[in-house]
Amino acid sequence: MALDISQNSNVDQLVRERVDALITQRFNELVAQQIADAFKKDPAQNKMAIIASKGTLDMAYPPLILASAAAAMGEEVEIFFTFYGLNIVRKGGAKHLQIAPIANPAMPVPLPNILGMLPGMTPMATWMMKTQFFAKHHVAPIEDLLQECMDLGVKFIACQMTMDVMGIKASDLIDGVEVGGAATFIDFANQAHVSLFI
Amino acid sequence: MAATYQIDKTVDAKGQTCPMPVVMLAKAIKDLKPGQVLAVYATDPGAKKDIPAWANKTGNTLLETVEEPGLLTFYIKKA
Repeated sequence: MALDISQNSNVDQLVRERVDALITQRFNELVAQQIADAFKKDPAQNKMAIIASKGTLDMAYPPLILASAAAAMGEEVEIFFTFYGLNIVRKGGAKHLQIAPIANPAMPVPLPNILGMLPGMTPMATWMMKTQFFAKHHVAPIEDLLQECMDLGVKFIACQMTMDVMGIKASDLIDGVEVGGAATFIDFANQAHVSLFI
Repeated sequence: MAATYQIDKTVDAKGQTCPMPVVMLAKAIKDLKPGQVLAVYATDPGAKKDIPAWANKTGNTLLETVEEPGLLTFYIKKA
């Protein structure tokens, strides 16, 4: 009885292809699962590092909004306040942050931009932003957002070097702010997936 | 139409804007035990995306979002 060799090798080929396909599929599933599990265990997944370097009213919002939202989502958050950003955490400073209309073409002030140089224009723009933009739309004031951040455990670090440059003492800062340097920020940021410079 | 849940706590975030609904929700849920339900009332349209994102990140369950004219109600079960 003659064996049909050509047919057998054809079956072998099909079996091999099928087995290969199944192994590849299963292997990919396992790898994807391993990666997903590793991501869940990754502590950097739950850390956010922010540098707050601006001291104008508009630019004080993003670090505090993002920090409070991330902390509300269970993340460990640190904000490093440097240069003008220090004004946000100065005692009484949050209340006095301002916005200048001059050289700020994005600001919807119904006046030619050059008039922003006139005395009183910065307080006027600040008043306008606080009342017409923020209060009217029920946006929390900076002071409230600072408090929310603290209640949720956001850590505030003030930059030592810029404090010295700007003549700010540790006692000038609101309670709960720690003082540190660039290495302090980097040590934390190295372990955080989200790092923002604002 | 809202399903009927046994609500253990409510958060009134009406009139609050980003990030406050999520912040108020996060603070309030700390007082609940696993399995208990929190109802959050909000008017900020951004909350429609933010609260599901919060639930996804924190592992709590968003049971339902009820949209009525001028009011959003979120039912969240603590994990």
